[in-house]
Amino acid sequence: MTTKFTADHEWINIEDHEAATVGITLHAQDALGDVVFVDLPEVGKTFAKGEVSGVVESVKAAADLYMPVSGEVVEVNEELRADPSLANSDPLGRGWFFKVHVTNMAEFDDLMDAPAYDKLVQNS
Amino acid sequence: MSTPAEASAAPLLTTPLHRLHLELGAKMTPFAGYDMPVAYPQGILAEHRQCRDSAALFDVSHMGQLRLVGDDAARALETLVPVDVADLGVNKQRYAFFTNSNGGLLDDLMITRREHDLFVVVNAACKTQDIAHLNVHIGHRCTVVPMPERALLALQGPKAVHALARLDERVSRLVFMTGGDFTLAGAPCFVTRSGYSGEDGFEISVAAEHAEALARALLAQPEVGAAGLGARDTLRLEAGLCLYGHDINTTTTPVEAGLTWAIQKVRRPGGARAGHYPGSAVIEAQLTSGAPIKRVGLLGLERVPVREGAQIVDSHGRQLGHVTSGTLGPTVNQPIAMAYVAANHANHGSEVYAVVRNKRLPMRVSPMPFAPHRYFRG
Repeated sequence: MTTKFTADHEWINIEDHEAATVGITLHAQDALGDVVFVDLPEVGKTFAKGEVSGVVESVKAAADLYMPVSGEVVEVNEELRADPSLANSDPLGRGWFFKVHVTNMAEFDDLMDAPAYDKLVQNS
Repeated sequence: MSTPAEASAAPLLTTPLHRLHLELGAKMTPFAGYDMPVAYPQGILAEHRQCRDSAALFDVSHMGQLRLVGDDAARALETLVPVDVADLGVNKQRYAFFTNSNGGLLDDLMITRREHDLFVVVNAACKTQDIAHLNVHIGHRCTVVPMPERALLALQGPKAVHALARLDERVSRLVFMTGGDFTLAGAPCFVTRSGYSGEDGFEISVAAEHAEALARALLAQPEVGAAGLGARDTLRLEAGLCLYGHDINTTTTPVEAGLTWAIQKVRRPGGARAGHYPGSAVIEAQLTSGAPIKRVGLLGLERVPVREGAQIVDSHGRQLGHVTSGTLGPTVNQPIAMAYVAANHANHGSEVYAVVRNKRLPMRVSPMPFAPHRYFRG
């Protein structure tokens, strides 16, 4: 299992732990509606788990992005910055937000797997 | 990602189209005590474009509809609004607002003179207090008749007239801010050519029991798609139209809000029926000498949306005012906002800054509407 989920409706794929990919879930983009702006973190900046690392804004509302795990941001999705609607059309693919160098694997292991996340969404 | 908190759990009212909204897959949200569609599955941007390009159907049945009946109704209503009601011709419609003793705004409303009454539409969140206000102040001069038994549909967009004319071709004879009685899909309706999108369009008052059939008949027209309150808000903001409770409220005067166009000459100092409405001294003084703050339109020079509550500062960081509505304008494809700023920064072209997440974003004071009005004036 290389993709896990947070209660804040983000996903992280750790196939490459030096550059684990982070995005928002299908449920998150649906709740937000049409995404029109993303504020992505600076490459090279280090965040603690749970810190605000960016913002995603729809026509209706702005929502904070939280770091799913601690680590340094090593890449951001410039394509998403140019076309924020990718967060709606392909949230688990081309609509990724940034990549993070994961140093504490225990933080990743603590996150939800897909069935647990699906259950959270169903009960919300 | 954090999502906005849901409002809590008082039992919500529903409109006669509630079942239709659910059937269409609407995302519902509490608004002014009603369970209302914020968007349908196509989303706010698509619904916004639907209205700008073709025609969109909005359920605005949560708004308050009422009648003022009696020979003295128009003159009585003039004691509560700084607007010429007495000279309004039959089937003519006019924008107005209830003022308070400080010259602030209690609500904004639409008045249509009909043959036997004045037909008034007020905001959902204000309707209970408006009806009380009318009864207390002019209930002895006319009869205030709330119309909770009626639904209100708004059909807006450049092709609205084509769709509606298929139900009764005579509606195409209406011009902007006029109304009349029509039979649509078998139901007697009172229709005005008006709206809240900046586009040509109609508002249709219909008995609740006929509302769903009429809505379905309109949605069956090839030009028409359903649109929710989300698109209604982005459309009205691009059109530069105020949202009560945000851009205007009990602390803003019509002069500060840039609504003096709605105060006809006959109600201004020197006019035949000047004054004699709540707060007239304050409003008349501002009409003469100007107001210290002004509502302005702001166009964002970067991509970041600027929302209600954001502070507006000058290049030195000195506070100039605050934003009352803002979003990314889907048609203009730039951040747009309304704000109150110090009058000396209210000139078109002034550059100011909005503070968003501790960053200063440049914005330019811009004429409104942001998207041109396309009303049908005949």
